[in-house]
Amino acid sequence: MRILCCIKRVPAPGARINVSADGSSVDAAHLGFTTSPHEECAVEEAVRITERGGGEVTVLTVGGAEAGEQLRYAASVGAHRGVLVLTDGSPWDPQRTARALTAAVESLEAADGAFDLILFGNESADSGGFQVGVRVACALGRAVVNGIKGIELSQGEARLRARREIEGGFEVYELGLPAVLGVKEGLNLPRYPTMRGRLASKKLEIATLAPDSSAGGQRLRRLHRPVETVSDTAILGQGADAAAAAVDAIAELGLV
Amino acid sequence: MSDFPSNAKCVVIGAGIVGNCLVGHLTKLGWSDLVLVDKGPLPNPGGSTGHASNFIFPVDHNKEMCLLGVQSADQYRELGLSVDSGGIEVARTRQRMDELQRRMTSAKAWGVEARLLSPEEVAELVPFVNSEVILGGFYCPSVSVVDSLETGTVMRRLAVDDGCRVLANTEVLDIVTTPGPNPGESRVSAVVTSAGVIETEYAVIACGVWSNRIANMAGASIPLVPAVHQMADVGPIDVLAQTGNEIGYPIVRDMDTFCYERQSAGSMEVGSYGHRPILHHPDDIPSNEEAALSPTEMPFTPDDFDPQMEQAIELMDMLGDAEIKYAINGLLSLTPDAMPCLGEVPEVRNLWAAAAVWVKEGPGMAQAVAEWMTFGYPRVIDVHGADIARFYPEERSEEHIWARAGEHFNKTYGIVHPAEQWESRRNLRVGPYFSRQQELGAFFFQARTWERPQWYESNADLLQRYDLGEREVEWDNRWWSPIGNAEHLNLRENCGLVDLSAFQIFELNGPGAVAYAERLAVNRVAVAVGRSVYTPWLTPDGGFHSDLTMMRTAEDRVRIVTGVFDGGRDSFWARRHMPTDGSVTFTDITGDITTLGLWGPKAPAVLAAVCDADLSQAGSPYGSLREVELDCVAGAAPVRATLFRISYVGDAGWEIYLSTADGPAVWDALMRVGADFGLRPAGGAVYGTSGRLEKGYRLMGAELESEYNPLEAGLARPRVKEADFIGKEAYLKARAAGEPEVRMCVLTVEDLHDSRGRERYMQGGNEPIVTPDGERIVDSHGRVSRVTSAGPGPSVGKHLLMAYLPAELASPGTRLGVVYMNETFDVRVAGTGAVFDPDDSRMKE
Repeated sequence: MRILCCIKRVPAPGARINVSADGSSVDAAHLGFTTSPHEECAVEEAVRITERGGGEVTVLTVGGAEAGEQLRYAASVGAHRGVLVLTDGSPWDPQRTARALTAAVESLEAADGAFDLILFGNESADSGGFQVGVRVACALGRAVVNGIKGIELSQGEARLRARREIEGGFEVYELGLPAVLGVKEGLNLPRYPTMRGRLASKKLEIATLAPDSSAGGQRLRRLHRPVETVSDTAILGQGADAAAAAVDAIAELGLV
Repeated sequence: MSDFPSNAKCVVIGAGIVGNCLVGHLTKLGWSDLVLVDKGPLPNPGGSTGHASNFIFPVDHNKEMCLLGVQSADQYRELGLSVDSGGIEVARTRQRMDELQRRMTSAKAWGVEARLLSPEEVAELVPFVNSEVILGGFYCPSVSVVDSLETGTVMRRLAVDDGCRVLANTEVLDIVTTPGPNPGESRVSAVVTSAGVIETEYAVIACGVWSNRIANMAGASIPLVPAVHQMADVGPIDVLAQTGNEIGYPIVRDMDTFCYERQSAGSMEVGSYGHRPILHHPDDIPSNEEAALSPTEMPFTPDDFDPQMEQAIELMDMLGDAEIKYAINGLLSLTPDAMPCLGEVPEVRNLWAAAAVWVKEGPGMAQAVAEWMTFGYPRVIDVHGADIARFYPEERSEEHIWARAGEHFNKTYGIVHPAEQWESRRNLRVGPYFSRQQELGAFFFQARTWERPQWYESNADLLQRYDLGEREVEWDNRWWSPIGNAEHLNLRENCGLVDLSAFQIFELNGPGAVAYAERLAVNRVAVAVGRSVYTPWLTPDGGFHSDLTMMRTAEDRVRIVTGVFDGGRDSFWARRHMPTDGSVTFTDITGDITTLGLWGPKAPAVLAAVCDADLSQAGSPYGSLREVELDCVAGAAPVRATLFRISYVGDAGWEIYLSTADGPAVWDALMRVGADFGLRPAGGAVYGTSGRLEKGYRLMGAELESEYNPLEAGLARPRVKEADFIGKEAYLKARAAGEPEVRMCVLTVEDLHDSRGRERYMQGGNEPIVTPDGERIVDSHGRVSRVTSAGPGPSVGKHLLMAYLPAELASPGTRLGVVYMNETFDVRVAGTGAVFDPDDSRMKE
């Protein structure tokens, strides 16, 4: 089975993200970078599928040379090929990204045959546009479902069932292959790379494609950092001594 | 904010292992009104303590680092926050196996249990080690894993229970100073925090990687740089998880790859000092909010770590399949000379540093600083090597700090020779003869910032004359040349010219100068104008702070001449204790004056060729100063010089003090007229080692430390002067106690051959002196007999050692042993004085 995972290099979560003084970009001075968490699940799922049934996982990204680090990370957890659509690293709008990815997919498929399954993260961890996977699927004329947290491949791998969480249950979709899915965290628990995996990933030959796509209709006007909400913590006491104060506090909040 | 502490006796900045232990130790010593401030949350405010690997390998060749490490390990143990996991340093190379023999020697010196293991024995203790890639191991059962965060918490609570106020999540924004008692001085008056201003008498900077930035707020500097130490936590690994403990196997240091493997429950922490040096500016460290993990757990840069992974897998194959769950570029503090920064900063009165201290020595160093603040000097151990006053201005620049930290980072697990020289930042300070010395092929050693010739290749022809050659073993030959011995023998036969430009020279001036000099010095400085005095300066507890020369050059002027290794400390000590009534001024005149040493039986004749003065003992008696004129260039005006008849090498001659500008002319003249008398330039190998050792002269920082007093060092005079001086009370008490328990002795090595028949030469690296039965010799204070200096005695045909010995062993002729490279060599006590010309006739005739 040939699976393609489209991933994005994003700032590592957990830190306060600063923006540059003019609001045009993220201040990366103190940031580490990672793959969008949804996409880590996509890579993990693809690797598991090929571990079970054979095949090949290709990881594709659009970005500057530094995005090669995320392709290597994917290789360190089991992806087989890495493809970088090399840009100057500046943020691209979703239309432009989708056009570049579509062109890359067409190019890769022309050379080696169609991908049976293309996985996206549901949305990127930084810009969160929710668009790129759908745009690529449409451009390729393939079925697409987003928000997927479960994938089952049918026998012979001609079809798949994809599960999406809704309030109180699941929606289950059946799709013929080739298909496109946008997956979410919770699909699986991604593995960490092993030391041997990391070292093997150093040998990954990253194929580079030149971008050939014009800007889309979305423009970045200005980034703002949201006002942080600061919550006060009051220590009411320790052990049993705190019980009375805790009751008072609960009463004050109108909970009893 | 009514409970905000707007006044304090002392504000300690930084609640890592050092700051917490410091408030604890200060409290134990009776301090109150303490405030502990940290910009992060407790118990882990985000500094280096929070991500430390928390293990202590107690053996270090360096005395301060070893004994404060042992002291710290004991403090962790006493709190029940330590586990003795044991630890093994494994060797992959023959050179490292030799180094492990040296580790055994240091273990013996410091009384740490240790033994060497075969590869199979390593594998018995750590079954997952690939014994095929190692040649052996150095096992130390008392290697421990400690809980530094909980220890900090316990020590902090100890202080809090006594009233210490703790301000977490409170950033220091400024340190306010006010003019100090003497011109140009300032003193701490307040610490400005994000929660308010705290007026305070003292402040201590104990905030690790941020320390220099905080010091800069007060116009001071703490020369350290935040540096990356990469660490990856890999797992889960069944064999580790099955131990059911945080630590179940000895820690392995893979010394030749600069890597360690330390179990952490079911995982292995793989840490590295082998990657490229990665240094940061404190301003580049993120805030707590900006950091994904903590400010000092910076994003991992895997490319730097990859080679270490390969080596780690080679040693422990199971690591290859373990997942990298957590990996950081952890920050720690590096200084320009790899020693911590402790003590009051010279720039600001009552502002103290307790920085560049790692978890392994944190509690001990905190104790040392607390004692220093309380008693005027540490008691637990001498810490002159860590004294922040040691740095010269050139050593405090960012360029210097970064260059040196970058150079020594990869030596953290390196094999570092006791005489090893720095490669970076050379030629910072040179004497006026530098170009001439370069032409003579001088091999320079750098003494802090000053370049000093150690020997001259131009004297290689003397090797044949004196039938001298290289040493047999490369290690003994490293940073050494037989030319030094040749220069020594030529000086004894003819004469030698020694560049002493690195002398640090200060002047006390004013109506109170002599009285103040008396207060500093053990010996009487209120001598006749033109006389000089060799004297110790003592700590309040009566141990050595310094030994130096004080010259009364005028009624109200005293010149202080001290060695370059101690210039910073002595300068600060002199300025720090100055009277505040304006009666004395202090001036550093090092740059204005250059000094040449001219010694040897023909030195008087050489000097007489350019000087008309009476140079006999009558005209220039031993210990006297004499102003003269030297006729250096025909037809030119004579050069004014001060002759100081003294000798640190044991032969007749003078220290010649000159204006720096006049130095080259005098050098040229002496070399020219000296040619007929066999004069050769002689380097530090003679001045600092062979000449000195043959005379048994003590050296500050080697023989002389604050743990020893003048009686033990053999430097006590028959009577004690009337005038008061720092340490007098303790000194009188020591004298009243009678004969000292130990005496400084010179020993001769009677047989240099090791078990392989090779001649070996002790380097003066704390090699233990042992009884004929091989037992360590320790006095009632716990002080061990060890080699404080070692070197050749070319004129006596013996390799010489100096060591403190218990009085009953200090008699000439006593046979003992010295352990070197883990073998014992026969030594004999020569005595407490000189082995060459013991009655000093050559110097005084």
